[in-house]
Amino acid sequence: MAFVLDFEKPIVELEKKIEELKAAAEAGNIELEDEIKRLTQKVEKLRKEIYQNLTRWQRVQLARHPDRPYTLDYISQIFTDWVEFHGDRLFADDPAVVAGFAKLDGETFTIVGHQKGRTTKEKLERNFGMPHPEGYRKAMRIMKLGAKFGRPVISFVDTPGAFPGIGAEERGQALAIAENIRDMAVLPVPIIVVVTGEGGSGGALAIGVGDVVLMLEHAIYSVISPEGCASILWRDAKYAPDAAEALKLTAPDLLELGVIDEIIPEPPGGAHRDLKLTAERIKKAIKKHYSRLKKVSPDKLIRKRIEKYGKMGIYKEE
Amino acid sequence: MVLDAGRIFCYYLFMRWFVRKEKGIKSKEKKPIPDGVWVKCDSCGEILYRKELEKNLWVCPRCSYHFRISHKKYLEMLLDEGTFKEKDGNLAPVDFLKFKDYPKKIEKSMKNTGLKDAIICGEGKIEGMDVEICVMDFKFIGGSMGSVVGEKVKRAIYRAKERKVPLIIVNASGGARMQEGILSLMQMAKTASALNLLAEEKVPYISILTNPTTAGVMASYASLGDAVIAEPGALLGFAGPRVIQQTIKQELPPGFQRSEFMLKHGMIDMIVERKNLKKTVVTLLRHFLNK
Ligand SMILES: [Zn+2]
Repeated sequence: MAFVLDFEKPIVELEKKIEELKAAAEAGNIELEDEIKRLTQKVEKLRKEIYQNLTRWQRVQLARHPDRPYTLDYISQIFTDWVEFHGDRLFADDPAVVAGFAKLDGETFTIVGHQKGRTTKEKLERNFGMPHPEGYRKAMRIMKLGAKFGRPVISFVDTPGAFPGIGAEERGQALAIAENIRDMAVLPVPIIVVVTGEGGSGGALAIGVGDVVLMLEHAIYSVISPEGCASILWRDAKYAPDAAEALKLTAPDLLELGVIDEIIPEPPGGAHRDLKLTAERIKKAIKKHYSRLKKVSPDKLIRKRIEKYGKMGIYKEE
Repeated sequence: MVLDAGRIFCYYLFMRWFVRKEKGIKSKEKKPIPDGVWVKCDSCGEILYRKELEKNLWVCPRCSYHFRISHKKYLEMLLDEGTFKEKDGNLAPVDFLKFKDYPKKIEKSMKNTGLKDAIICGEGKIEGMDVEICVMDFKFIGGSMGSVVGEKVKRAIYRAKERKVPLIIVNASGGARMQEGILSLMQMAKTASALNLLAEEKVPYISILTNPTTAGVMASYASLGDAVIAEPGALLGFAGPRVIQQTIKQELPPGFQRSEFMLKHGMIDMIVERKNLKKTVVTLLRHFLNK
C-alpha cells in the first residue's frame, strides 16, 4: 500500500503489528499465537465498525484512493483476449479513455472505460482520467463498431470529469458528450455500465448511458465535485465534506434515487485491498445481467432505455 | 513513495477543486436590465435611451452588444402575435435533497421571472407554421436544468413528435442544477435520448444559443439541433472560462468560447443577430420542410 487515508490508519497500523508478530512467531517464538489471534479479531471488528459508518466524504476519498483499481486492472482480471483500439479517426488518441474488445466466457464484449494513471508519468499521460472530446469520440466509435457485429458493451466509469481546457473546447467537448449520450441511448446492443470509482458529472455520463448501471459500494457519482459545490455554496472548497453530504453521491444514495440498478459490495477495506475479489464480483454481476439482457430484442432494449431515462427526475404538478 | 503519492494526490485534489469550480460568467454580465430612462451598455459603455434600446430588441445600436432578455421577449420576437399556448406550466421543482437555500432560491426566481422553473414551453405559430417552442430564462437560478426543465423539454420533444411539428428551443443556461444532485445530471440523458425519437420521425429541431449556454445544457439538447444558431457574443461551451483558466494556468485567447470563436471552430452553424432571428428560423424551417 502506497497511500493510507486517515480513517484507514488504525487498521493499517494493527495489520502491520500482526505482520510483525507473525514474523517473530515464525522465528521461533510460539507464545505469540494468542496475541496474533486477538489482534486479528480486533482488526476485523475495527474494520467493520469503520466501514459500516463511513461518511459520504470518506467514501469520496475511497473512490479517489490512489491504489484503487482502474479500468485496465479490471479488464485483465475479468476478461481474456483483450485488444485495445486507438484514436477517434478525427484528431487524436486520448489515453484518458480505453476502448477495445475482449472475451468473457467465450463471448466477445465491446469494452470502453476511463483510465487513470498509476505512476506520476502515467497520471500525466492519462491526464488524471479526464478525457478530451477525442476520448469520447473514440469510445463511441468502438461501441458502434462492436454493435455492427452485435457485440454488447461493458463501460467502466471512473473520471473526475471531462477536461476543461482550450483544446477540449475548440474541439467540442460539450458536443462530444451530447452526441455520445444521444447515440448510446439507441445503440442496438445491451449496455452494462459499471461505476468503479469517480462518476464525475457529464464526463462520466458521456460513456454512462446503459440498460443496467452497476456501482461499486464505495464509488461516487455526482453532478458536481464536492469541492466545486462547496466553493459555490460556502465560497470555500474546504467545506467539501459538507457538500458531499448535501449532494447525496454515494452508491446507496443513487440506488434510492433510482439512478443505478445494483450495488456491488467491495471487499473489507475497499476495492484496493483485494482486486481479485472485487473483479470476481463485478464479473458475476455482469454475467447475471447480460444473461437477461441478451434475450431482449434490440428494439425493445432501445425503447426501454429511452423510457428509463425519461422517467428520471422528481417534480410536482400543481 | 508514500510522500510522493501524497503530493500527487494533493495536486490532484487541488486541480479537481479548480476543475469543477462554478461555471461562472463575468460579473458585468450579471447586471439585470435596469429600470429608468437611460441604460448604459455593458459592453461599450454608451448611454442609451431605453425606448430606443427596447425598439432595437435590446441590442446596442453602437456596438451591437446583445443584452440578456427574458423568455417573454423571445416568445414575442419569434412567434406570430397571440399564437402561444403554454404547456406544462404547472410543473414545479421539489427540494428532495433538502439542499441549502434551495427553496429560497426557487421562491426568489419565481418572483423574478413569473415562471415555476427555468423554462417555458408550449405551442405557437411562426409565419403561420405550427411549432413547439421552449425558451429558457437565465434569471431562474442561472437557467439551470433540474428535473422540471428536463421533463418539460422531454414533453415538448414528445409533442413535436406526435404532432409532427418542428421544435425550437431558445437556450440560456449555466448547466445542470446542483441543488437536485445526480437527478439533474440525468436530465441530460432524458432529453438527449428523447431527441432520437424526433429524428426518427424526421421532425426538425432548431437550437438557438443565447448568452450563456454552457455545461450540462450545452452537453445535451442545446448542441443537438438540426440547426444550431447562436446570438452574437454569447458564451458557449462545456466548462466556464474561469475554470479553464485556473486549471491550465494560461491566459485564454481573446474571444475564447464566444459565438464567433465557436463558429470559427466549426461547432455551430451560424451567428444570427437578434433582429434577424425570426426570419432565419422561418427560412430554415422552409428548407427542412421543403415548403
Ligand atoms: Zn454597446
